[in-house]
Order: sequence, then C-alpha cells, then structure tokens
Amino acid sequence: MDYTIFILILPLLSFLAIGLSGTALKPRNAGAGGTVVAGLVTLLSYYTAFDYFTTQNVNGVWQSVTPCNFTWLNVGEKLHIDLGIMLDQVSVMMLVVISTVSLMVHIYSLGYMKGERGFGRYYAFLSLFTFSMIGLVVATNIFQMYIFWELVGVSSYLLIGFYYSKPSAVAAAKKAFIVTRFADMFFLIGILVLSYYTQTFDFGVLIPGDASLFGPALGTTFMGVSAMSWAMALIFIGGAGKSAMFPLHIWLPDAMEGPTPVSALIHAATMVVAGVYLVARLFPVYVGFTPEVLHGIAYVGAFTAMFAAVIAIAQTDIKRVLAFSTISQIGFMMVALGVSTGMGLSEHEHGGLGYMASMFHLFTHAMFKALLFLGAGSVIHAVHSNEMKDMGGLRRYMPVTHITFLIACLSIAGIPPFSGFMSKDEVITAAYGFSTGMGVWMTVIAGLTAFYMFRLYYSIFWRKEYKVRDGRRPHESPRSMTIPLLFLALLTVAGGFIPFGKFVTADGTQYIIRLNVTVAAISVSVALTGIGVAAYLYRRDNAYPAHLAKGFGKLYRAASNRFYIDELYLFITKKIIFNGISRSFAWFDRHVIDGAVNGLGRATLRTSQAIRGLQSGSVQWYAWVFLLATLLITLLAIW
Amino acid sequence: MGEIILNTSLEAVPLQAFLIVSLIMFFAGIYGFFTRKNMIMMLISIELILNSVDMNFAVFNRYLYPGEMEGLFFALFAIAVSACETAVAIAIVINVYRRFGNAEVNNIEQMKE
Repeated sequence: MDYTIFILILPLLSFLAIGLSGTALKPRNAGAGGTVVAGLVTLLSYYTAFDYFTTQNVNGVWQSVTPCNFTWLNVGEKLHIDLGIMLDQVSVMMLVVISTVSLMVHIYSLGYMKGERGFGRYYAFLSLFTFSMIGLVVATNIFQMYIFWELVGVSSYLLIGFYYSKPSAVAAAKKAFIVTRFADMFFLIGILVLSYYTQTFDFGVLIPGDASLFGPALGTTFMGVSAMSWAMALIFIGGAGKSAMFPLHIWLPDAMEGPTPVSALIHAATMVVAGVYLVARLFPVYVGFTPEVLHGIAYVGAFTAMFAAVIAIAQTDIKRVLAFSTISQIGFMMVALGVSTGMGLSEHEHGGLGYMASMFHLFTHAMFKALLFLGAGSVIHAVHSNEMKDMGGLRRYMPVTHITFLIACLSIAGIPPFSGFMSKDEVITAAYGFSTGMGVWMTVIAGLTAFYMFRLYYSIFWRKEYKVRDGRRPHESPRSMTIPLLFLALLTVAGGFIPFGKFVTADGTQYIIRLNVTVAAISVSVALTGIGVAAYLYRRDNAYPAHLAKGFGKLYRAASNRFYIDELYLFITKKIIFNGISRSFAWFDRHVIDGAVNGLGRATLRTSQAIRGLQSGSVQWYAWVFLLATLLITLLAIW
Repeated sequence: MGEIILNTSLEAVPLQAFLIVSLIMFFAGIYGFFTRKNMIMMLISIELILNSVDMNFAVFNRYLYPGEMEGLFFALFAIAVSACETAVAIAIVINVYRRFGNAEVNNIEQMKE
C-alpha cells in the first residue's frame, strides 16, 4: 500500500505551489488546482479504504499496516523521532472523512469565496490544513502526531485570521492558537512522561503494550496518583484543548470569525475531532491501564455536552449556535469513549461498544455538521448577515439549502432513518451501559439538541416572511455551493446504513449493530418532543419565546453570555497574571537587569570623565606623570 | 696647589654631602620644570638638572675612581650636548613666541584629549 504516501505528499505540494506563486497565479487557477488535488486525495483515500477493508482481514480481525516509517531525527541511541504512515481501521475511516469533507469545502469555496482578496492564499492554507490533518491521523508514533497537531493548530490560526484586516478575526485567531497551545503544553508533558517510562513513542509498541511495558510507569507515584495516570490525563488535556472541552472551549465560538467553509472543515468536521481521535488511538492504553482517567474523560465530556447545549439555546448568531452544537456533539463522542469498559465487542461482551459508537458518531457528525455549516454559509451568502433576526421565511427563496439543512437537522436531532439517529443511539446505549444516570443525562442533552437545532431551522426558514430590502431578494446559491450540500445530504441519509461495527471496533473484530428498541424509542420520543416544542415556539412568529426568556431571567442572560467564562478568563489573565505576577517581573527586569547594564554604562562614563585629565596636552603634566611612574618603579625595584 | 686642596679636603668632606647637594639641585630642577609657565624658566630648570648630573659624575669620579678620568670626560661631554640641546630648545621657544606673543608653555596644548 505504498501509494498512500501520495495522500500525504499531494496536499503539501499543492500548498507549496499555490502558496509560493502568490499573485502570479490567477485565483481561478489556484482554486482549480487546489480542488483537483483535493479530488485526487479523496480518490486515493477511497481506494485505500477499499484496499484496506478488502485485504487486511485476518481471522476476522482488522490488522494495522505500516506502509512506511523512517527515522527523521536521531538524538542519541535510544531517542529517535520517526515519521511514517500507519493504517488501521480508525485511521482509514478518518482518511475517508477528512478527504471527503475537504473536497466538499474546496468545491464550495469556489462559489463562496469568489471575488475575495487572497483567494489563492485561502486555497494554499486549505491544502496545508489537509496535509496536516492527514499527517495527524496516519501518525505511527505519538511525537509525529504532536508535530502534525501543532501544524493543524497553525493552519487553523491562519484560516481563522484570514480576514486579517478585521480586528475581531485577528483576536479570535490569536485566542484559538494560544488556548490550544496552552493545552498542548500539557500534552507534551504527558508525552514526555509516558515515553520516559516506556522508552518509546511508537504506537506499534504502546498499543499492544502490556503490564511489563507500563510497569515502571504504573509503579511510580506522584502525589498519590501513578505516573501513568498523570501521563494519560495530561495527554487528554491536550486533546481537550483541541476538541474544545470545558473549560478550554472558549476559542471555538470565536473561531467562527473565519470564513464559513473554514468553519465547516476545521471547526466542525475534522480538527476538533483530533482530541477524540487521540483518545481513540490510545484507547487500549486508557481502557487497560488507566480506567479512572477514562471515567474522568466521560464526566468532562458529559458536563461539556450539557453546558454547550444550554448555551446554544440562547444564541442568536447562527454560526455560534452551530459552534456550541459542535462542542456538545464532541462531548457525546468523549462520553462514548469514556464509558467503555473494555476492548471487546460481540454478542456477549459490550465493553467496547462506546468506542465503536464514538467513532460512528464522529463519522456521521462530520457529514451532517459540515452540511449544516455549508448550509449556514449559503444562507449567510444570501442575506449577508449572521443573525437570526435578519432571516426568516427563506424556504421560499432557497429550496436546495432548505431541504439539505432540514435533513441535517433531522439527523443531528436523532430521527430515524438518518445517520445521526443510528450513531447517537449507539452512544446513548453505551452510556446506559455505564450507569443509568449517564444514560438519562445524555438523553436529556439529545432532547435539548433537537430543540435548539430546530429553533435554528425554524428561525431561518419559517418564522416570519423575509423583508426584502432595496429590492435585493435572496437567491439560491450557485451550483458550486449546492452540489456539496447535496452530496453531504446524501451521505447523511445513507451513512446510517453503513454496517459500521464491521469496520471500526476497538480490537478489530467485527460486530453487527443491533438496535436496542427501548433506548431507541425513548430517544426518538425525546427528540420529537424537542422538535415539537421548537415548532410551537418558532414556527410562527409569536411572543412565547420572549416570555420564556424573561421567565428564565438570569439563567437566560447567563446562557446568552456563554456563562461569562470568557470574562473569567480575561479577569484571570488581566488582573491576576498581568497585574500581579507580570508586574513584579517587569519591575525586576526594568530596574535590576536594565539597571545593572545602565549602571555599568554610567560608571564607565564617570571613570572616563575622571581620567580625561590625563590627556591635558600640557607637557609639564606629562613629565610629572612620567616622574611619578619612574619613582614608583624605582621603589618597586628597591623592595 | 691642587694637592693641598686634595689632601686637606678629601677626608673632611664626606661623599654624601656632595650627593645631597646634587640631589637638591636635581629635584629643584624638576620642580622648576613642572611648575614654571615660562619656557625659558623651564630651560633653566633643565640646565639645573643637567648640572646636577654632571656634578654627580665628577664626585663619583673623584671619590670612587681617583686615578681614572672617564667621569670627568663624560661630564664635559654632557655639558657640550646640553649646550646644543639648549640651542635647539631656544629655537623652538622663539617660534612659539612669534606665534603666540609670549613664551608660555600652556599655549601648545593642541594634543590634549
């Protein structure tokens, strides 16, 4: 499977070619070139998946294949950093997801970004992002994953700050990069701790690792917790930063300042699931040796999911609603991973159900969330505004966008037979397997999800008639934008019927997904209730939502302001860190260090002033000095 | 006549007395060299220094090497050289006088700092 190296190299070459040609390349050609490369990468990924899933089955277990792995950096005999490609069931699935969504975004941007300044730069960055994300998912060792992790962060920064003349976009880009970089510090410490005890970075050694490999790490304790738990927890914190888990979620809503296709690609379908992918990659280690960290992951995910869902109910900017929806859904994925108790998944053993459910939800979520964002972009393109109050009744003007958006909303709400229902059902079943409380919690969140998504849907396409201003009627988007919408809608409808358990499970064995009728019935009814309430409140313009908002009073205001977490962060950084800690360091730097250097200068000046009298120009003075020196030498000679 | 002076004076006047006189002359000359503004006065001080040195030579010749004459000849030599050097110095002083109107040594401080 050596051709897989081209999946990595093609986007990199595309980035270099488009990026370095700059304005010499006409925008049309830059767009065409980028899209063609994305198409090639998609074809190669599909072929890789086909090749993998038809040939790599040994005794019913999917094998992991490493087409290439070479030593990139050699530091000493034991420490070396490799770069390579590892294909197993999860990474192949991710390849399919990433390349598909990337291709859709490339095609969509041909229409959405038409006429924008920096069109070529945009496509160069898209290629860079594709390269980085693919490198992340095919990583053979954890350090390569870290390298591409940072690269993905850089691409995200460049793309969020694409409209660099807008101060809010620049601030959002900085915030995203700094928050994820802060989390990556913990990630790096976790990597170092883990590799110190296991003497390796390689996944091929870590994943099938047994007690003898992790013995030293499990044995050493620090503050009552084993070093292994510390390492895995720290690694999760890195993943939590990238995946916008509470409290590191603050960057994702602000990242909506970037162009909408970027939000679809990076902040919905691919980059934000990097944290989930990380936990999934190290899943055998988590579930086998540090289950308490896994429980912690479940709780963090559950809290984040509820937190984000509550905030999404009160948002009025459609992209912010989708951003918080993403945070909530990733919470679902983390919960699914966290509630797993083992690797096995079969008729009798359901320990690994969470893993399979999480990966399934990742797959379907990528499709419908990308569809939602691209649909939102289509709407924004038509009405030139992000706010719900500027929309309404758009179903008459934009039929394709309307239908595809509706399909995606039904999917995320968990209505059969759409893909979201299938995957979310598995997640909730796994949650019930952990504890009834967790199952109920996730079901409630599913209900809230249905509610706020259909609040969004009705507010955009129904509610009130669109007020046509200055004769500018909104019109359906061009074909370059509607074709990706249709394709993604197709995947959203059909994706649920993929027998996912046959392809992606924790230990590689195959599992036929069975529907748990009780759980399905409960979740569907909860979803329908949510949709019903949303329809009652938002289908036609009325005063009930405002009454309810007033009724909830403080809670509504807090949710609308995202529970003031951003203000808390600003307070901590400005008042505590800048004022308290930095000020004393700045004083020290200005007065002690600079003072020493300036003092040295002043002393030199003073000394020179003192001895400049020696060069008086007067012969008598020179002779006097000469005499003194002679006497001195004579005295020294005598003694 | 010379023998009378020699025979009566040799044991009576110790060597150190002459040396002290020459020392006083030397340092007087140095003092004068350092503190005089007028260049002619500096030259006179230099002469004093040279004379003290000549006296040293003569005294050492007399007391330490009575039969030899090198000291005396060197003293004569030094006097001749000092005369030449004084001539050159006077030439310089005349040039300074023509340039500045007086022969003060603090006129020629161009090389300071």
